[in-house]
Amino acid sequence: MAGTWGRFNVVALALGFAFLYLPIVLLVIYSFNESRLVTVWAGFSTKWYVAMLNNRGLMDAAWVTARVAFLSATVATVLGTMAAVALTRYTRFRGRLLFSGIVFAPLVMPEVITGLSLLLLFVAINFDRGFATVTIAHITFSMCFVAVVVQSRLITFDRSLEEAALDLGATPVKAFFQVTLPVILPAVIAGWMLAFTLSLDDLVIASFTSGPGATTLPMKIYSQVRLGVTPEINAVSTVLIAIVTVGVVVASLANKRQDVLRQREAAE
Amino acid sequence: MARLFSMIGSRLVIAVPYLWLLVFFLVPFFIVFKISLSQTAIAMPPYLPVFGLEEGVSGFVRNLRDLSFENYLWLFEDALYVNAYLSSLVIAAVSTLLTLLVGYPIAYGMARAPAALRPLLLMLVILPFWTSFLIRVYAWIGILKPEGLLNQFLAFLGIIDQPLVILNTTSAVYIGIVYSYLPFMVLPLYAALEKMDYSLIEAAQDLGCPPLTAFWKITFPLSLPGVVAGCMLVFIPAVGEFVIPDLLGGSRTLMIGKTLWDEFFFNRDWPVSSAVAVVLLLILVVPIAYFQRAQARAREEES
Repeated sequence: MAGTWGRFNVVALALGFAFLYLPIVLLVIYSFNESRLVTVWAGFSTKWYVAMLNNRGLMDAAWVTARVAFLSATVATVLGTMAAVALTRYTRFRGRLLFSGIVFAPLVMPEVITGLSLLLLFVAINFDRGFATVTIAHITFSMCFVAVVVQSRLITFDRSLEEAALDLGATPVKAFFQVTLPVILPAVIAGWMLAFTLSLDDLVIASFTSGPGATTLPMKIYSQVRLGVTPEINAVSTVLIAIVTVGVVVASLANKRQDVLRQREAAE
Repeated sequence: MARLFSMIGSRLVIAVPYLWLLVFFLVPFFIVFKISLSQTAIAMPPYLPVFGLEEGVSGFVRNLRDLSFENYLWLFEDALYVNAYLSSLVIAAVSTLLTLLVGYPIAYGMARAPAALRPLLLMLVILPFWTSFLIRVYAWIGILKPEGLLNQFLAFLGIIDQPLVILNTTSAVYIGIVYSYLPFMVLPLYAALEKMDYSLIEAAQDLGCPPLTAFWKITFPLSLPGVVAGCMLVFIPAVGEFVIPDLLGGSRTLMIGKTLWDEFFFNRDWPVSSAVAVVLLLILVVPIAYFQRAQARAREEES
């Protein structure tokens, strides 16, 4: 029968989502554990959140990460959107093949290679490692993710709208900002969020390209995890998971609302 | 005048991101290659020769003569590196296959779900992808440890009386890769399966084809673009993976990403780690190029 959702499918989805979510749920639960042992439950406590807030090194690293992520995501969104426009609007220019190659290659490039190569570049040009180099590194790989997200939206975009604006005398720049950008805006925002979380998340590239005084949160978490699992790290992780989850859910709801509004407008 | 501006504008839209990626993505590879031909030195930067402008043309030529392929010979003479490359490829291939086996039923279930439910399911698959990779790998340490939650659970059920040793073995690396990369597999599979016309299956079944044969003869071949894209998205980064083998695999799991990391951060041997990176890149060039061609083709079909 068409459209029946077989028992097999329900079981597959239930098991699949259990596999995806159980580790995260357990991590969150044990962040509220009284005991220092992460695997033995000894009662509810928020003391690890207090310990986390009092951990100076951790908080400094969080602040560095927040600034790097904000700055790199913003620049990456501008550059990535430009790259997406270049790839979809200009089908013929010299070096286009190379350009599309270097836009897509960072998506699958192992991080150790990207990190090492950027570090060697900074050393070769005698650029002091620190906040700036981590930010540049993050812009470089996350702009490619932005480009892919925005490009997939631009492909489905009805070009005749833009052409109409141009025919009516708008300059290309004006046509872009008044016609194209509002339509692709959800993708641009999604791209920014993706770039932000990629930066928030990156351990390998930051370890290669950062210098003294620019320890990011993942670097700090990694060095503590290597010393042993502590509920404090569970607490930090829970906060990060909460931030990202709220961000994604709010964005998708906002997106949905916009779609509804647009449909209502179209109906009227 | 407006035309002039628009011409400059279009040039800028191409030139700015192009230049950025040339300088920060492409040029660094040439530097990596150059340093892979250098020798280690106790200096900063820790390699020789260093090309400087002050030495002029003769210095440049002299420095060129100092470059050699010694590091590459070293990579092939020392069994450690060869084994690390091979075991990375094997681990990545096996985990890609496992991810496909785990991801396919999920993607299929999503594609056949009621249309109203699909956006929610899609978001549920994407959400873990947004949360930190490092944290998701870390979560498994507490589960897989000898006194961890999995062993506690299995002992509680009476299935085992000795704790299973999973952490710090290759099995833990497989679990880590499958878990971390699952969304990359499910999304392209779902995209391919959702587009499929399921009346084909009904037609086959009406004609007496058993469901499993119908799956192999119709569904699977039609989902092949998604299978290829998903496998590439898992396999290529998994070969060079560092965090998962480091945190879950222990010292016995040999993977090239970890070898490169150790060579760089512990041995401080920049030329050898560069050579390791160049060879890794050469190994991955074929799958990356294949992935890009497949992507370009898919995009053309879409537009």
